[in-house]
Amino acid sequence: MTSDAIERFPLPQAMRDAIVAHARREAPRECCGVIAGQGGSPVRLYPTRNVAEGNRLYEIDPAQLIDLEFRELPEQRTEIIAIYHSHPESPAYPSATDLALAFWPDAVYIICSLEHPEEPVLRGFRLRDDTVQEVILSA
Amino acid sequence: MSDDGKVIVLIPTPLRRFTGGEGRLTTAAGNIGELFDNLDTSYPGLGERLRDDSGEIRRFVNVFVNGRNVREGEGLRTPLSAGDEVGIIPAMAGGAAH
Repeated sequence: MTSDAIERFPLPQAMRDAIVAHARREAPRECCGVIAGQGGSPVRLYPTRNVAEGNRLYEIDPAQLIDLEFRELPEQRTEIIAIYHSHPESPAYPSATDLALAFWPDAVYIICSLEHPEEPVLRGFRLRDDTVQEVILSA
Repeated sequence: MSDDGKVIVLIPTPLRRFTGGEGRLTTAAGNIGELFDNLDTSYPGLGERLRDDSGEIRRFVNVFVNGRNVREGEGLRTPLSAGDEVGIIPAMAGGAAH
C-alpha cells in the first residue's frame, strides 16, 4: 500500500527535550514512555519504566500501562497518541524487533537515537501491517 | 454459572475494533480461560489476539485481575468472581535488538 500524503505529528519542543533527557538518563539502557493527547494533539508526556532485560530492548511496565490506559488517561480525557523509546547506539529507525512488536497501530512510534550522543535524532513512524511509514515530527 | 456472576472486562484501544468500539464489557466467566472463550464467541477474532498457538496467553499480552498480573499467578486458570475487573493490555515493546 502506498500513500502520497505525508503524515505529521506536532511534537512540542518541551516534549522533544524531555525525551532526549530521558534517553540520556537511561543510557546505556533504552528509555520508554507514552504521549497522551486529545484529537491528535499532545497534552502530556508520561515517562515509564522499562521492564525488559538488557540494553537493547524495551517493554513498558504493563502495570503502569494498564493504569494509564484504563484510569489516568480516561480521567484526563486523553488517549495514547504516541509511544517513544530510545536507541542508545543505533539509528532512529525501527528495528525488526520494533516492527514485530508493534501492537498499537493507532499510535505514532517515536525513536530517539543517541548514536551520536551530542546530536540526538528523533524520528516518528507508523508501524502497521509489517510496514514502516515515516511521520514527520513538526514543532 | 449464574447470570449475576458477571465480571467487568476492560478492552484496550487497539483491540476495540473487535468489540465495535466498546472499551468496557461485562460477561460471565469462572476463570480467565473461560473468559477468553466467551470473548472470542461474542467477538470473533479477539481470542486469536489473546492466545498463542498453544492456547496460552500471548507473551506480549498482559491480563490483570483487580490490578494483579495473572502471569505471576495462575494464568488462564485464575478464578474470577462476580464484580472482578479484568484488564487486558497488549505490550508496548521493541528495541534495537536484532
